[in-house]
Amino acid sequence: MPDLTKTSTTDETAAAQDEVVAGSAVSAHASTGKPRSLWGDAWRELRRNPLFVISSVLILLLLLVAAFPGLFTGADPSTGDQAKHFLGKPELSHVFQADWFGYDRTGRSIYSRVVHGARNSILVGLGVTLLVTLFGGLCGMLAGYFGGFWDSLISRLIDVFFGIPFLLGAMVVLNAFTDRTVWVVMGALAFLGWTQIARVMRGAVITTKHADYVMAARALGAGTKRILFRHILPNAVAPVIVVATISLGTYIVAESTLSYLGLGLADDAISWGGDISTATQDIRNNPHTLFFPAGMLSITVLAFIMMGDAVREALDPKLR
Amino acid sequence: MGRYVARRLLQMIPVFIGTTLLIFIMVNVLPGDPVRALWGDKPPDPAQVAQIRHDRGLDLPLWQQYLHYMGGLLQGDFGNTIAGNRPVLDEITQAFPVSMRLASMAWTFELIVGISLGVLAGIRRGRFVDNTVTLFTLLVISVPIFVVGLLCQLFFGNELGWITPTVQDSEDMGQLLVPALVLGMVGLAYVARLTRTSIAENRQADYMRTAVAKGLPRQRIVTRHLLRNSLIPVVTYLGTDVGTLMGGAVITEGIFNVTGVGNLLFQALARREGAVIVGVVTVLVLVYLAASLIVDLLYAVLDPRIRYA
Repeated sequence: MPDLTKTSTTDETAAAQDEVVAGSAVSAHASTGKPRSLWGDAWRELRRNPLFVISSVLILLLLLVAAFPGLFTGADPSTGDQAKHFLGKPELSHVFQADWFGYDRTGRSIYSRVVHGARNSILVGLGVTLLVTLFGGLCGMLAGYFGGFWDSLISRLIDVFFGIPFLLGAMVVLNAFTDRTVWVVMGALAFLGWTQIARVMRGAVITTKHADYVMAARALGAGTKRILFRHILPNAVAPVIVVATISLGTYIVAESTLSYLGLGLADDAISWGGDISTATQDIRNNPHTLFFPAGMLSITVLAFIMMGDAVREALDPKLR
Repeated sequence: MGRYVARRLLQMIPVFIGTTLLIFIMVNVLPGDPVRALWGDKPPDPAQVAQIRHDRGLDLPLWQQYLHYMGGLLQGDFGNTIAGNRPVLDEITQAFPVSMRLASMAWTFELIVGISLGVLAGIRRGRFVDNTVTLFTLLVISVPIFVVGLLCQLFFGNELGWITPTVQDSEDMGQLLVPALVLGMVGLAYVARLTRTSIAENRQADYMRTAVAKGLPRQRIVTRHLLRNSLIPVVTYLGTDVGTLMGGAVITEGIFNVTGVGNLLFQALARREGAVIVGVVTVLVLVYLAASLIVDLLYAVLDPRIRYA
């Protein structure tokens, strides 16, 4: 938010709240502006944040690359031409040519591999985040809302999983699989990563469930399901979204780290992590084989973390 | 206070049992037979294999193996390795001090540099310093640690020759310095980000206005009022990070050839030495549990409104 409005922010929100209250009390009251919700405010804020605009453009582009790699390159990423072994180290004069990124050890086009590698990395990131948000969110919600036995059970379970270092646990789990597909890696990371979201969700639900509107809904005879999903969830989900967006990037990093250790995706799968791992074997003589996959990976992670940051700033009224 | 600690210690017991059970199950569903591997490429003698499996109790049902293991653990016996029949405890006590040294250097680095950067950025939110620090932390988080590690090794070790590319002597703090910096880098970025957000949130609190109004010097306001109130999330992170730094050093230890816990674990995974994996994780879980108790006790120090009866 621009500085000039900073002093008036609190008054403005208070006024907006008054308006909402008045509007609901006298339902026929025709207010000039629509009542502003947290989400409406956040959206307005986000559109003005350059970080958000840049990161969403980047993410859309990356999703496009991941979905339709054929649009961006015609070269085959898996078969190489031995004649092009480490050929074409990047030179500025080659910019805008298809082989600007150069070729790797077996003469495969690095550009093509970077483009085709996007799918696996992004799929793992998105998939893990989705699984973790659904499962962790559900556990956190149950624990926070019902309390008592469920809370003790789920909280202890969270503690148990939290005690195992993430990377280490993933190594042990993935070591058990010989055929590591995208789904296996996704499952392993989600299996160990759900606790963070569950904790955040639990806390958010606990603070929300005592709110007046929840009490009002209950007094009106709303069922548990309706209270949970229509009243509590929309008001407790903000911190979960923030954590999920930021951790998406870290899951992509985790996948590449595991690939580096030889415990990520299977060798024939094209992924940035795998290519970085191969490139590190000959980093001194051919740094260009490392630079492009590592650069793309970093840009992707950066985009997601930037977006998470922007969303947090927009959703956290304390930061305005 | 004493009662609180006692209650917390009691609560740790089910968590400890749960975590060790979880890792025990995870390790024991690993395909591949470590006993069979003793013969390498040669065809093993089935009778001998059965004999070894029986001697080590590997033919028992999983739950009995677990009870056996826990029984031994309570007496300080971590079991023996399958190849060589060496006590696992020996391997752990060899590797842990190295990792402890590396992790504590990385941790100190996170603590000092991370909090300083966070405070600088937080009190000048939106200004040049803030943007620089934020950009730096974003970059550090998004570049994978093994790329940073390899580049540091290449640059400082091979090109400039400031450090030995791999650690020859793990007692030498100077040699451990660069690996520790690499190891603590990501945590540092998180600490700086957490501190920054927390400081930025608290900067406009009422007590800050009061402190300014009663004319306290700026430095005192920042250190005694602002920082102390903003440290709780940072302390939480730093506490849980102790375990991560010790166990998660697989990458850094691999690159710089430090023979610590991460190295031990990686070797154990490759050799399918279940007892070593479970043993190391058990110790790490104990470290984690102790750290989280200390963190909770520190809350009361930082915020006197929190009392443990």
